[in-house]
Amino acid sequence: MRYEAPETIDTAVSLLAGAGGDARVLAGGTDLLVQLRADMIEPELVVDVKKIQSMRTITEENGGFRIGAAVAGAELSEHPKVKAAWPGVVEAVDLIGSTQIQGRASMGGNLCNGSPAADSVPAMIAAGTMVSIAGPNGEREVPAEEIIVGPGKTSLAKGEMVTSLFLPARPARSGDAYLRFIPRTEMDIAVVGAGVSLTLDEGGTCTAARVALGAVAATPLLVQEAADALIGTKLDDAAMEALAAAASAACNPIDDKRGTKDFRIKVAGVLARRAAQIALERARGN
Amino acid sequence: MSKIHVTTTVNGDEVEFLCEPDETLLDVLRDELHLTGSKEGCASGDCGACSVMVNDRLVCSCLVLGAEADGAKVETIEGMADGENLHPLQKKFLEHAALQCGVCTPGFLVAAKALLEKNPDPTETEARYWLAGNLCRCTGYDKIIRAVLDTAAEMRGN
Repeated sequence: MRYEAPETIDTAVSLLAGAGGDARVLAGGTDLLVQLRADMIEPELVVDVKKIQSMRTITEENGGFRIGAAVAGAELSEHPKVKAAWPGVVEAVDLIGSTQIQGRASMGGNLCNGSPAADSVPAMIAAGTMVSIAGPNGEREVPAEEIIVGPGKTSLAKGEMVTSLFLPARPARSGDAYLRFIPRTEMDIAVVGAGVSLTLDEGGTCTAARVALGAVAATPLLVQEAADALIGTKLDDAAMEALAAAASAACNPIDDKRGTKDFRIKVAGVLARRAAQIALERARGN
Repeated sequence: MSKIHVTTTVNGDEVEFLCEPDETLLDVLRDELHLTGSKEGCASGDCGACSVMVNDRLVCSCLVLGAEADGAKVETIEGMADGENLHPLQKKFLEHAALQCGVCTPGFLVAAKALLEKNPDPTETEARYWLAGNLCRCTGYDKIIRAVLDTAAEMRGN
């Protein structure tokens, strides 16, 4: 294994594209090093991107926030403006692992690790996050929901890497939330996760909504039917019931040691509704 | 495979070492620098026994490559006491008997110090969540939490 720590995105991309064997990007390393040590992967090259300044910083852009792909969870949680605009995203990132893991783990890494149960991913999909990718053929930008294509698999081509994630500007009366179910209080993998982002008009009618689920299919899901259940309503009980039903209907989960298929389907509806309620309260407060 | 030359600062001292590209910071600390206070428990970032500070962030040194320490500031349990004078947390851990076998203790102390530097007056809940990534299989957690909260009170001058 070779270790390189380039200072520019161009150099990192050249290294990744030129590698003869498996090449991996090292951001926080909280998944990568575990996989290395378990011999799950044997890369020829590891490219540490933390010396690339733009991948370590959060910048305000067009009223939104560009978050470097290697920004650690603790750094994101300490950014008061991101937390005020996107509390659901920040809380979702904060749920990943322990304090020690938060010192290293990044949104870019959580996304590119490709886990269907990744906590930050449903929240970032609900938020409408746009992902910037650099590669041998230049740069491209895709919605967060197009990155993970299967457990541990992404749509990134050889030589490509995620450089930043863009959280868009928030209209007035907007709110987001992410909830997960785990059988304990901390340090666990989501059995089900649900992220909701919504915007209200002055009369309290929902004008825009996005609902995303985690750990209930081979990839995190953006559930249009669940969002449609909210849009145009005042988020009354009937709308919330319809949201929960649509969320449950979208699930295609597996049975495993963390939860049964039936349990996940039921809980996805419950969590989507509870997350929508929190997002609603936040939207009313903005 | 050629070794990587790393220059870093450990507990205030400039240190140089050679490491393999896939060698962890924990292995370097223990095997090259002979700082064996940081322990290997799980080697997968779950137990916190290898907790150290890197550039003022609490991390698991088993999940950091030695090569990543180049140019960084590393602080370990060995830098916690001032010569013979124990840090208040170390004194309180002894006073409260907040350890039995001692393997988790260095990690708990490093993590608790980071907590009190960030939040000098944590609630019990905040302390328990902050330390959720440090596992103890002997005492349970109650004595540890009491020792941390008692230290916090003492350091605030109560």
